[in-house]
Amino acid sequence: MFKFLLSRLVQMAILFVAFLSLVWLLLQLMPGDISDTLVGNPDIPLSARLALQERLGLDQPLWNQYVSYITNFFRGEMGVSFSRYPQEVSTILWQALPRTLVLFLTATIFAYWLGFKTGKLIAWKRGEKTEQGLIVSGIFLQTVFYPWFAIVMLWTFGFFVGWFPIGRFIDARLWQGAPYNANDVFGQMILSVVAVGAVYLLGRYLIQRYSRNLVTQTRLAQVIGILLVGGLLLFWYLHPASVYVRDIAHHTMLPVITLGLVAFGATMLLTRAAMLETLGEDYILTARAKGLPDSVIRDRHAARNALLPVTTSLVLALAFVIGGGIVTETIFSWPGMGLIFLQAINVSDIPLAVGALSITGVLALFGHLLADILYAVLDPRIRIT
Amino acid sequence: MTMEDHPASEAEIGAPVAGAPLRELTGGHELSRVPMWQIRLRLMQRSFGTTWGLFRENKMGLFGLVLIGVFAVMAVIHPVLMATVWEPAVYDPVVGYDAVQTEFTVVEEVTDPATQLDLRTARLELNPTIELGQVVSIPTQPAPPTIDGDHPHYLGTDARGRDILSQLLYSTRAAFFLGAVAAITTVLIATTVGAIAAYFGGWIDGGLMRFADLILLMPLLPVLILLSAMLEITMVTLGIMIGVLSGFGGVAIVLKSQALAVKVKSYIDAARVAGGGDWHVIFRHIVPNVLPLSFLFMMFGVTEAIAIEATLSFFGLLNVPMTWGIMINSAQNNGYLLSGTSYWWLLFPAGLAVSFLCFAFFLVGRGMDEVINPRLRAR
Repeated sequence: MFKFLLSRLVQMAILFVAFLSLVWLLLQLMPGDISDTLVGNPDIPLSARLALQERLGLDQPLWNQYVSYITNFFRGEMGVSFSRYPQEVSTILWQALPRTLVLFLTATIFAYWLGFKTGKLIAWKRGEKTEQGLIVSGIFLQTVFYPWFAIVMLWTFGFFVGWFPIGRFIDARLWQGAPYNANDVFGQMILSVVAVGAVYLLGRYLIQRYSRNLVTQTRLAQVIGILLVGGLLLFWYLHPASVYVRDIAHHTMLPVITLGLVAFGATMLLTRAAMLETLGEDYILTARAKGLPDSVIRDRHAARNALLPVTTSLVLALAFVIGGGIVTETIFSWPGMGLIFLQAINVSDIPLAVGALSITGVLALFGHLLADILYAVLDPRIRIT
Repeated sequence: MTMEDHPASEAEIGAPVAGAPLRELTGGHELSRVPMWQIRLRLMQRSFGTTWGLFRENKMGLFGLVLIGVFAVMAVIHPVLMATVWEPAVYDPVVGYDAVQTEFTVVEEVTDPATQLDLRTARLELNPTIELGQVVSIPTQPAPPTIDGDHPHYLGTDARGRDILSQLLYSTRAAFFLGAVAAITTVLIATTVGAIAAYFGGWIDGGLMRFADLILLMPLLPVLILLSAMLEITMVTLGIMIGVLSGFGGVAIVLKSQALAVKVKSYIDAARVAGGGDWHVIFRHIVPNVLPLSFLFMMFGVTEAIAIEATLSFFGLLNVPMTWGIMINSAQNNGYLLSGTSYWWLLFPAGLAVSFLCFAFFLVGRGMDEVINPRLRAR
């Protein structure tokens, strides 16, 4: 396992340097250099421009520029943003990263969990009316023009029905004079959820280790799940910052649901196709012949194998979630990396835009690694040595 | 008849298997007297017939095809309408203008904002001498749909007085064009890359596949947004960019695995024994057998390209006159983003058009998937 991880990490590092080089090449595509933005300004003499070029190292040979670009990135120095001048790019991105990660992860987990369950069920009950309806709506969700869909969702649930706030991360009026910093509260929320998730996974692992009975396993897992979620809710209910936590959670819901719904459609269709393929296998017939109950055949024999192609698609879905994240963040005014990226592009703040794109590349890489590990864990035929 | 001019795919289908006597293909003549192209044509006809028969069973795929047909009619009808019925000054999708006059009654207390006007506002903005009860007509934009008058606007006008229906029809052509450019580029590149990687193997395969991994690392939308900030992107360049980025990426990996399965078939060995060179074997024997799968990815490629173009132009990053994305973008710029159903004609026609065209191509792709992959078919 360790060797596998190490070799993957080395591969990832090489791939990432290649990715950074490609981004740098893209930058070189731009005509002229950054000091050209000052050409139109009569107040800036040529000498000042040359001085700026020298300070930024733009007079150096291309190779030196390239090397310093790569080394600076790994030292966490991504330059200073043009549009938010004194702020460093890394500071801005570091603040936005958790918000984007939360949006991504919750939407993806929600979509995959629900999509897998639904896909499993509709493949099992093939040929029913609900199946047709779900397939058509799944395809529609997958192909719907996403910005438009987000607008419609925002209008319907934020404005018309009024269940959710219209965009933004926090309610500014509520937070005025609040004794807490929104980023800190948000960080604590993430930590608590991650901790609960880790405890739950540990619990499930222990249950599977020490109990052989399927029914007991599911019951125990359910009990642990309910206890943990209840405990988490109670903790935040009694917490002094409870109002503010609820405000953030309330703002998070609609973007997550919107992004999740679209990913849900794709997962459902994929699970269905994979299930149909496994249901034709001989071992399903064997399981039936043994007289196993339907639910066991469905969940333990068919769905377990259908999970593999769905996991592979997680990698491909990543690209969608990142692209969709930009749209979601823009429409819901969610101040994450996507929104910052787009704002930076609109005002030609190239350092900020490139920084955001590079961090996106890091995210994509870790997504690939995670999917690889998941795949190896799920498929006993792949043994990591 | 040598191996040279007899591609393997046709050899397979044309082999006199049960139910397909060779005589049928030549129309009852001696084989040697019939020109090669005629046999090829008949073979193509027959394989098209079987494919169509299988495709027809999928009702959703058929529906997608019909939907694409409707959009094609929309694309074709726009220049015709502009040349005959529609006055260019009014109906031009980009520079047309028509201020629809709406009549308002001046009242003290407004109870119905659609037909009544507040006295104070009327005096301030229109005419200081206006009296209560008078009827004034004011040009309104965006105007709701009208079906009568000199210039009917069946889907209303946008915030600058341009006809929505005309914009909708005009943009269809652009969407088809972009989808075609992107999908053809994707498939050309991906098929070639996949076939070459599978055929040669070794470091060529390794290099191409690592490059594909690298491309997969770059999410399409952010990269295109970055490029749009640096370069002037038009419809053609956007199509080629999407094609190159997806052609070297995921599609190439899938087509390579298909090409690997083709490479080990015995007719490839036969072609090589008969003296076929590397490139001959790749382009005449491997590529034609990967093509069905390539066409499938072409359909999904069109879906993706249209969605990406619409998203980019929704953000206002493209240098194009009018597309569905720009229609929503201009609704947003003029402050009608959250108007919902009260100004439905600004958001819904364009949004639904993008969704339905993508939907249609996706359905056709799924239908083709069932033709190629028999395990997906209903048993």
